[in-house]
Amino acid sequence: MQDRVAVVTGSSSGIGRVIALHLARQGAKVVLISNESIRILEALEEVRAISPESEAFEADVTSLPCLDESIKLTLEKFGRIDILVNNAGITRDSLLVRMSTADWDRVVAVNLTSVFHLTRMVLKPMMKARYGRIINVASVVGATGNPGQANYAATKAGLVAFSKSVALETASRNITVNCVAPGFIRTAMTDSLNPKAKEIILSRIPMGNMGEPDDVANAVAFLASEKARYITGETLHINGGMYMA
Amino acid sequence: MSNIAERVKKIVVEQLGVEASQVTEESNFVEDLGADSLDTVELVMALEEEFGCEISDDAAEKIVTVKQAIEFIKKNSDS
Repeated sequence: MQDRVAVVTGSSSGIGRVIALHLARQGAKVVLISNESIRILEALEEVRAISPESEAFEADVTSLPCLDESIKLTLEKFGRIDILVNNAGITRDSLLVRMSTADWDRVVAVNLTSVFHLTRMVLKPMMKARYGRIINVASVVGATGNPGQANYAATKAGLVAFSKSVALETASRNITVNCVAPGFIRTAMTDSLNPKAKEIILSRIPMGNMGEPDDVANAVAFLASEKARYITGETLHINGGMYMA
Repeated sequence: MSNIAERVKKIVVEQLGVEASQVTEESNFVEDLGADSLDTVELVMALEEEFGCEISDDAAEKIVTVKQAIEFIKKNSDS
């Protein structure tokens, strides 16, 4: 993907940062979007060591003006956006009977509504270029459900249906829209689980261990590449066998 | 003014991949020129670019024939 321009949200840490590094290694110019002000600069430095023209914008994905500005500046600088990876995501876990409206709304805004906005913004330039790769980071719990994560699971399942619909709308313009659905991957998000919960999860993974961010990033890099040109509307599960679609 | 009409027709020909002879002012993009819904979105994008104007989604929905496109541009563009 030499000289392709790739926008990756939530790319200052966790899976998103590793995705950015993988795309940079494949030759893409990467645009990082994150709301973590210090870590995004650290991530940019790492990415620029591989792909010097890469760029970063500190932006809250729930702010439409921030996203607008980031995409506008990206198009001004590079003149194109070939790849969009919607990776930004949060959890606000609690049993549904105790779940606050604020926790529901926040998770929907970050995980789902931001994807609507960003995808909408990049589609016109992609349509014009007759090229686009959109990859949304879903989750195994979007397929299986998970107690305590009704909000998170709903947004992740929503991403899958969203991706299929947009894939149908844009297939004739050589734009593909796919999801990756990570299982339990070693990140800050899963580190915060208590040891007992971790043990239960591990017992449900046939491979017996957690995945690494690299496992997800490799799949994203594949879907973003020319090799995946005939794959669209698909969800690639990366979960060590804990769920098979 | 006829210049605008010619430029609009040229864009229609390019965007929809039809013959210039097929395009009259009465042509309906979908019914006569075989455009699908995404084609009409792209056509509006191309008109915006050519004439340096913004066409809102509401306005775009009402532009279904070549004549309507020409009239919209005449009213809303200074180029």
